[in-house]
Amino acid sequence: MNPAALKTNVPALREGGLIIADSGEFSKRNLDKAKYDSNPLEDGSLARWQLLAFDISALTIEAVKDFGLGNKDALRCKNMWTLGLALWMFDRDRQPLIDWLNAKFAKKPDIAAANIAALNAGHAYGETAELSGPLKQYHVEPAPAEAGLYRTVTGAESISLGLVAGAQLAGLPMFFGGYPITPASAILHHLSRLKEYGITTFQAEDEIAAICAAIGASYAGSLGVTSSSGPGIALKGEAMGLAIMTELPLVIVNSQRGGPSTGLPTKTEQSDLYQAVYGRNGDAPMPVIAARSPVDCFDCAIEAVRIATEYMTPVMLLTDGYIANAAEPWKVPDLDGYKPFPVEFMNEAPEGGFMPYARDNKLARPWVKPGTPGLMHRIGGIEKAQDTGHINYAPENHQAMTDIRKAKVDGVAGSIPDQEVCLGQAGAKLAVVGWGSTFGPIHQAVKRAQRKGLDVAHVHIRHIWPTPANLGDLLRSFDRIIVPEMNTGQLKTLLRDQFLVDAKPVNKVSGQPFTIAEMEAAIEEALK
Amino acid sequence: MPWMRGLCDPEGGAAHYAQLGADPAKTVFISGIGCSSRFPYYMETYGFHTIHGRAPAFATGLKLANPELDVWLVTGDGDGLSIGGNHTMHLLRRNLNCQIMLFNNEIYGLTKGQYSPTSREGTTSPSTPYGSVDHPARPAAFALGSGARFVGRGFDVSKNLPDVLKAAHAHQGAAFIEIFQNCIVYNKDVFEDFAAPKGAEDRQLWLEDGKPMLFAGDSKGIALDRDALTLKVVGVVDGDWEAAGVIVHDVTNRSVAHMLVEMPFGEFPMALGVLYDDPKATFEDAVVAQNKAASEGKSADLGKLLSKGQTWTVTEGGPEL
Repeated sequence: MNPAALKTNVPALREGGLIIADSGEFSKRNLDKAKYDSNPLEDGSLARWQLLAFDISALTIEAVKDFGLGNKDALRCKNMWTLGLALWMFDRDRQPLIDWLNAKFAKKPDIAAANIAALNAGHAYGETAELSGPLKQYHVEPAPAEAGLYRTVTGAESISLGLVAGAQLAGLPMFFGGYPITPASAILHHLSRLKEYGITTFQAEDEIAAICAAIGASYAGSLGVTSSSGPGIALKGEAMGLAIMTELPLVIVNSQRGGPSTGLPTKTEQSDLYQAVYGRNGDAPMPVIAARSPVDCFDCAIEAVRIATEYMTPVMLLTDGYIANAAEPWKVPDLDGYKPFPVEFMNEAPEGGFMPYARDNKLARPWVKPGTPGLMHRIGGIEKAQDTGHINYAPENHQAMTDIRKAKVDGVAGSIPDQEVCLGQAGAKLAVVGWGSTFGPIHQAVKRAQRKGLDVAHVHIRHIWPTPANLGDLLRSFDRIIVPEMNTGQLKTLLRDQFLVDAKPVNKVSGQPFTIAEMEAAIEEALK
Repeated sequence: MPWMRGLCDPEGGAAHYAQLGADPAKTVFISGIGCSSRFPYYMETYGFHTIHGRAPAFATGLKLANPELDVWLVTGDGDGLSIGGNHTMHLLRRNLNCQIMLFNNEIYGLTKGQYSPTSREGTTSPSTPYGSVDHPARPAAFALGSGARFVGRGFDVSKNLPDVLKAAHAHQGAAFIEIFQNCIVYNKDVFEDFAAPKGAEDRQLWLEDGKPMLFAGDSKGIALDRDALTLKVVGVVDGDWEAAGVIVHDVTNRSVAHMLVEMPFGEFPMALGVLYDDPKATFEDAVVAQNKAASEGKSADLGKLLSKGQTWTVTEGGPEL
């Protein structure tokens, strides 16, 4: 920690936690920059925590002095020195990092060697320094995990892989139209390298062109996918309406960030739920799914592709900046465990003649690829007549088509699993109902509350729209409901509206995820 | 539009498609919004009436997903140059292999007559009761400036328009055709100054590859003013156009094409026909080739992809869940 980092981060540290400070950074100049009147390492203001301060800068320079780096480059190795110390503290293996550094700086072996030397020096410091006081070594046993092959995965990677898997399960080539935007660009980057999986990526001239090209590709018989963050999703709204009207499959990924407008591009938030569920002109129903973690993105992406292709509808998949960038261990899934949902294109007119807006038992219309002889037809954004798909402005037809579009999307609920309670029981005194990336803190807080003997359950909703068929009954089984969200209460509004339950909001819109402590406090407050 | 009537009529239409070497089942008309964009509904082909200004983007996705399709874009001066100007520009610079028919009537017809980006200065309309003050966009110059490799021009009732469309269709790459369209309701006869049959010879310069740029019954021609580096109108005496310095139209000459699209009507005749035609590699060919090259020798084994990178194995008998 230097003064600025200390000032920003120390409020998040629990009482009694350990601060490791680089005393070499606590110069008058740096203290002034961080707006400290006196040196916090010396004035007792950090008494609530354990403090370990020593000159990491000098130790790093010493560790890398043989590599001929300038002072500036040498000091850049400081993070590796400190990481080495942390690895010692938690008794972790250095080899994966050494391999990573060698690979990362393959073209600059000096830099790799200096960083490795710093890493080793930090580690050795822990081992040899006669530090009494706070610096202790801990051995953390591996987290319990199912047997199998593991890797780490970020949300952006996981979504990309899930989309590839979804396209394969549907038997479709994928077309991805994207436009650079934080924090969604990583999906475009990942998919651009996967051409051998039948993926075409297209960096469009703008957000609108990205979704329109994806719809054009879906019209041609590919799986059209587009991805963005809030401001870009706003631009795509009209085109989503067209995909709803023309009933073409499409997956739209929204990696949410702080809003409104440009907002907080690099910070996380869940404030696009209204936009996802309600944010289009006209009665424009569209399924919405929200992933809870980087790993969960994989299954959610497959689910989005399934719904899009089985129901001939655009589907929005919500993640956020936190999920997109966070990494977690992932048990590599066995694809045999996923049921394929192959798309059947209409190749010839059925008995009784071809009708572009005839419907199957899911109320989906046939998917016909342009180029198919004998099935030429026109589609577009003007209201369609039932079955024939001709332009039709008749009042009764618009009523019927609006009803059909709604019934089709409502019907998706029939193909999704019932809402489960992921911790605790239905009928508990309190349900903490979340969605998206708040899963981790809610889950841990509910676990801790249960250990304290509190009657709490955790419900985490993946299918935001339509909601699982049993959700209303489940919610009504609880005495009280709180809905923690990184917005001002969007899921809360939806649940109140759909189920007339007294869901109480717990909100945080600071651009930072909830902490477990905040969740625990909210649970205790709700049970008062 | 007499030429369109041919395409719309089920029997006559087939003949037109045959002439173009086109298969209706593989033909897709994509349009945006506006009077122009109702076009797909008149065609016995595949058709997609999309949203305002975005037809080029839909066409790009469609064509990348299936390069075999024969794609026509139908747009107007508002759709293609105002709300959708950005997409038109990018489609042209990428050189997507398709035909773009821009129906220019210099007015917003569908919304009842507001001035458009191609309306001449001083156009009075419901939104410009005191006359418009904007400088108009020039579609053909815009297209060429955006990197178009084919620029053609015609007008609704001209008998030569089918030939321009045929040339556009034969062109591999983005072919841009500006079609002056007389909006008889909101902007009647705005093109009469050159489109009227009477005096047409004097006011229309129909360009043909390899032929001298002659008009007015071959009594006048277009020559290069070598001092000013501009075009000029010259008189041709006794048919000796060479002596008058009249330029022979070379459809691949980009510099002359730039001068032709900038040629002010009035002082000059209206340049019509194929102004420029010089094909270059198409976008979808490049994308397909790159996809193919990048996939070479690689399998689409998803299991392999999922377990890529650093992995570790957790064995049975490890910590219990």
